[in-house]
Amino acid sequence: MTQMLSPDMTMTETVAEKTKIEVKNLNFYYGQSKALKDISLSLPERSVTAFIGPSGCGKSTLLRVFNRIYELYPKQTAEGQVLLDGKNILDRSQDLNLLRTKIGMVFQKPTPFPMSIYENIAFGVRLYENLGKSEMDGRVEQALKRAALWSEVKDKLNASGLSLSGGQQQRLCIARTVAVKPEVILLDEPASALDPLSTAKIEELIDELQADYTIVIVTHNMQQAARVSRQTAFMYLGELVEFDRTEKIFTSPREKRTQDYITGRFG
Amino acid sequence: MMALCVVAAGIGLAWLALILGALVYKGTAGLSLAVFTEMTPPPGEAGGLLNAIAGSLLMTIIAVVVGTPIGVLAGTYMAEYGRFSRITTVVRFINDILLSAPSIIIGLFVYELMVRPMGHFSAIAGAVALAILVIPVVVRTTEDMLNLVPNALREAGAAIGAPRWVVIRSVAYRAALSGIVTGILLAIARISGETAPLLFTALNNQFWSSNINAPMASLPVTIFQFALSPYEEWQQLAWTGALIITLTVLGLSILARSLTGRREDR
Repeated sequence: MTQMLSPDMTMTETVAEKTKIEVKNLNFYYGQSKALKDISLSLPERSVTAFIGPSGCGKSTLLRVFNRIYELYPKQTAEGQVLLDGKNILDRSQDLNLLRTKIGMVFQKPTPFPMSIYENIAFGVRLYENLGKSEMDGRVEQALKRAALWSEVKDKLNASGLSLSGGQQQRLCIARTVAVKPEVILLDEPASALDPLSTAKIEELIDELQADYTIVIVTHNMQQAARVSRQTAFMYLGELVEFDRTEKIFTSPREKRTQDYITGRFG
Repeated sequence: MMALCVVAAGIGLAWLALILGALVYKGTAGLSLAVFTEMTPPPGEAGGLLNAIAGSLLMTIIAVVVGTPIGVLAGTYMAEYGRFSRITTVVRFINDILLSAPSIIIGLFVYELMVRPMGHFSAIAGAVALAILVIPVVVRTTEDMLNLVPNALREAGAAIGAPRWVVIRSVAYRAALSGIVTGILLAIARISGETAPLLFTALNNQFWSSNINAPMASLPVTIFQFALSPYEEWQQLAWTGALIITLTVLGLSILARSLTGRREDR
């Protein structure tokens, strides 16, 4: 009896956490070719999850299913379920624009819009909220502060977003995403085009943001995954090989393929 | 090899220099305020080109106002909504044919379409013929320029929840703006020297006319008529008119070039 009552500490920890996104039996196709094979996993709320794996393993594809950005292109189809707070976002009735205000995304290459720094942020906010000038100013400031960019740009908000450095542009993109108050932020190799200093800033930022947002990051940099994430999914050839707490994946993985990848034997 | 290329380039440039030189020499001789303030004269009298300049301006403006939105929207369809559809391939092919169609055929087409049913030549028929010349140029440049806008930017727009048309209007158009404007300027440059389509449609008018339902003078047709005439005053006006058109086209090309140059700098 006593044995049964003593709970496994790690088990309770995962059970106690609220699941934000639950993927069930997800398959994904580029035309005829299958890119994701029967993926199932649960992402806990307000924490960082990393997807790692060699190029072409499907980690970015999986990320792009979460906000259905793949639907911009023809012949890309997803089958199965992706539940956001229990509601299937792959459902045909799901409003795509509304979904994307809840699930923001930052891309590999910084993509500031061809407009001023201020407008880059106000643009997204204005789509769904009708704010006065001072409220909008406040929102822009808050977003830029959140992205640790405010002090660098506060005197040149009317300068073009394209005039910033690569690292600043990427933080502008994070600010833009945060400004529309999403619940989930998807990061698709957000630091791979940046220098080490800018990368460190972005990682610091991710660490701060997880207090308020559920974050999913795709990275080919294993040290980065180890540094920023709480749980890590290792993917290979479209399959989810292993998904566990990050320390576990990097210290004592269950699967041999994971072990081989993290020790640099392939990939 | 290099010597041959230099000689070939020299020959090409020499003709251009000769033409421009003759045009400037003969054209400026007749350049005076009267050219811009007086009507085309009867044979043997002094006068200007006011009605021809005004007619050209009016028909060009109508053609651009009619042709540009059609061209920009069609190009937008091809680059944005229908990028992956077969219709786009077909439209692009047909548009390329239209782009290189001899303008006299466009003139004849509008003659059959408008002038014959209406029973008379008119400025509006001329403007329609010019608009048909504007459309393929604008379609082509709009599509090309929008295709140069990186997809990552469209994805970024969609990723913050912007509907498709907002992404096109506020992101893609903005990124491609200078290129699209360049296309419109080049289209204006192309039609401002066209004579054949106007001969069959707007014809000519010795007098001032602002009635778009009646024949109207234009610079190219006036040059055509005056240059072939035996009267010295008319021949002089033809030279001056040719200089005005050439300078206009030159100005538009320089403007277009400076716009694209600015884009490449970024």
